Amino acid sequence: MIWTTVSLTLQLATLTTLILLLIGTPLAWWLARAKTWWREVVSAIVALPLVLPPTVLGFYLLIALGPSGPGGVLGSLWGVRSLAFSFEGLVIGSVIYSMPFVVQPLRNAFEAIGDRPLEAAATLRASPIDRFFTVAVPMARPGFVTATILGFAHTMGEFGVVLMIGGNIPGETQVLSIAIYDQVESMNWAMAHLLSAGMLVFSFAVILAMALLERRAKERIR
Amino acid sequence: MKEQQCIEARFEGGIGKLNLSVDFVAPSRGITGIFGPSGCGKTTVLRCIAGLHSARSGRFSIDGEIWQDEAVFLPAHQRSVGYVFQDTNLFDHMSVRANLTYGLRRAQPNPDREAIRLDEVVALLGISGLLERSPIRLSGGEKQRVAIGRALLSQPSLLLMDEPLAALDQRSKNEILPYLEQLRDRLSIPVLYISHDIVEIERLADQIVLMDAGHVVAQGTLAEIQSDPTLPIARMPEAGVALRAEVTGHDATYGLSTLSVDGVDILVPGNFGARGSKHRVRIAATDVSVALEPPKASSILNVIPSTISGFEALDPFQLILVLTLGPSASGVRVLARISRRSWDTLGLSKGQMVYAQIKSMALIASNAPP
Repeated sequence: MIWTTVSLTLQLATLTTLILLLIGTPLAWWLARAKTWWREVVSAIVALPLVLPPTVLGFYLLIALGPSGPGGVLGSLWGVRSLAFSFEGLVIGSVIYSMPFVVQPLRNAFEAIGDRPLEAAATLRASPIDRFFTVAVPMARPGFVTATILGFAHTMGEFGVVLMIGGNIPGETQVLSIAIYDQVESMNWAMAHLLSAGMLVFSFAVILAMALLERRAKERIR
Repeated sequence: MKEQQCIEARFEGGIGKLNLSVDFVAPSRGITGIFGPSGCGKTTVLRCIAGLHSARSGRFSIDGEIWQDEAVFLPAHQRSVGYVFQDTNLFDHMSVRANLTYGLRRAQPNPDREAIRLDEVVALLGISGLLERSPIRLSGGEKQRVAIGRALLSQPSLLLMDEPLAALDQRSKNEILPYLEQLRDRLSIPVLYISHDIVEIERLADQIVLMDAGHVVAQGTLAEIQSDPTLPIARMPEAGVALRAEVTGHDATYGLSTLSVDGVDILVPGNFGARGSKHRVRIAATDVSVALEPPKASSILNVIPSTISGFEALDPFQLILVLTLGPSASGVRVLARISRRSWDTLGLSKGQMVYAQIKSMALIASNAPP
């Protein structure tokens, strides 16, 4: 029972992180390299979940994913009425909610590279796509590590948005943070303790791992 | 056919604070030095040639192959250049070997030229011991040698060097200069070499493009430009001319060598190698003086009948003279810096026959090409 929840949470975090790396990388690249003023508008939209109350985000997502929103249209493609209260809906919500935690480190890493190595690659006959994959991505590696860890950890811990759009359906949308809330509500403190301690240890490990990786990256530069 | 075998560059447009308007033709062989003060637009010109900058209006062709004109703009990665940056720009996330082969793997085979091989470049630049190391662990001079190798291995039709020695200390400079000379003598790739240091230009370049404030002030052979008293280069304190010299004899008793500079024999202390060895020498304007008659008693070894073929006032008290050495009017020209008082007391004028007294001559490069 609890393992279904743990596995669902891990699945959600993994899938969300993968999707975010896939769409966040070109987005961060564009934000780092574009020279138009409205890239900051896009940047602000991406950063919104940082400050927006999760319930507000969740509310709008609920409407968007529902039968009369784009989620309903999308869901009808594989025969469901609505994407709200489904795992798919949860993935979409998590992608939006965790996006700044992936895009921002990637953007910083891409900006730190600067023009010079890419120009050098261009004079060595590397096409724009070629230099993106052979120079920009490897040089931004620390950024990718940070983005992956932050995106994954942040998705693991989300609560408000999930509650709004996913509800609490065991095996379908019940993730760890909600299960903890559930256990507390039903006075099952032993289980709440166990799950909370697990999350605490996990979060600490994540932050420690990041700090260590960063130190190693710096040492390599020296 | 003649106009095909050259580099033609014309770029116009404001880039930042600079109002660029350059137009020059350089031979597509040997080293052409682009010389001028910092901020005069030298680097911008090189970046335009490489396609890293796009000037508002521009045209560039090499041996008749157009890289840029009104209708064409080849992006940087489609231009066959090797670019050596001042700060090397090596890829720190790759080994030295991976840096070297980065361009090699992407190079288009050039049918007109024999391919430049990795082992050849490694030997030429003396970097065999560095191949498996990370660029982060290299010294400035080593990094620049790797950067030069990386550019060469991309099989360029044109090598662009943007002050490759400016960021280095004197020791690293002296370490790299011989490699650059070997490169010039062994490979047939034309080089555009930027520097604000006349010493580097004199040592390496055959041709020179003189720039100032975004414009080309003059262009020509090194000797032509250096001996033109109207150009700023002749007004510098270190003004002088670099000349090609061949050893024609050695006097062991006095330890003197005879060097022939375009048929004019000049005696120099020291042994400059076997008869026939070729050097590049420099005669500074401050080391040349003039006399109306050959001095009867003087310690100066070289007194050469010459003609004053030009002069220009440096300031109210000093003049710079152009002297054509030897009997022929087309002979070697050197500069002499003299005082206004000497000019007046000797009653000198243009076209006058004088005796040039050359106090000393500095060797700037050995085994210079013919």
